[in-house]
Amino acid sequence: MTTLFYIAAAVAIIATVLVITRSNLVHALLYLVVSLFAVAVVFYTLGAPFVAALEVIVYAGAIMMLFVFAVMLLNVSADAPLRVPRSAWIGPLVLIAVLLAELIYGIGLTNHALHAGEVGPRQVSEALFGPYVLGVELASMLLLAALIGARHIASQPAVPEAGGPTDEGGEA
Amino acid sequence: MATVSLDHGLILAAILFVIGFVGLLTRRNLIVALACIEIMLNAAGLAFVVAGARWGSADGQVMFLFVLAMAAAEVAVGLALAIRFRQSLGRLDVDDADEMKG
Repeated sequence: MTTLFYIAAAVAIIATVLVITRSNLVHALLYLVVSLFAVAVVFYTLGAPFVAALEVIVYAGAIMMLFVFAVMLLNVSADAPLRVPRSAWIGPLVLIAVLLAELIYGIGLTNHALHAGEVGPRQVSEALFGPYVLGVELASMLLLAALIGARHIASQPAVPEAGGPTDEGGEA
Repeated sequence: MATVSLDHGLILAAILFVIGFVGLLTRRNLIVALACIEIMLNAAGLAFVVAGARWGSADGQVMFLFVLAMAAAEVAVGLALAIRFRQSLGRLDVDDADEMKG
């Protein structure tokens, strides 16, 4: 299990680096799917099989399908490739390297072992619908609001070309 | 069964989060920016699950489910905004958003 964790972690890191460096949008999204699958394997090795299944179904399935559908709707492949000038990477990389070093130092190498057993769907469901039931209700309201909001935003007619300041009144 | 140490799991979450953050800072494409936010949210959820696995409790996994629901809501609204952005401006460069009026 331990070697499985490290292999999956390496795959996740490499795939995620490729996500942010590819200039082809579809390639980047497919590498993101690979990264999410690797994180699902990490969850499985950590003794969380239920969350691993949800990662595959919801993240790699539903959310990434939304991304791919948006890319197809937008016809992005007609755009110029999304190149980033090399100099744009320097500032963020330096600052983030410092931040990452601080994080790793803060986490420390104290070697707390994880709990050996696995926490299955039964325990998760008991916690989810026991003490956390209010959170489930809030999540359902959030999803409903997101559904209505996405429908409202995406269905607006195209903004008229210049000089129509009065038509924008309907947008709250 | 030998288990992974807590610190290595948290360090993996930190590395994934930081990669997503670098992407968010450098890439100018709206869809890539949304994907980077997904990476960061996923890393935060990974930290929750690792911390829950430290004590063998289900609370971390429950928190991951909430992060998952929030990420789904965020990406639905974000992609709807991306479609509108593209329709009105013709591009997906986030730098063009400073031309929006109102």
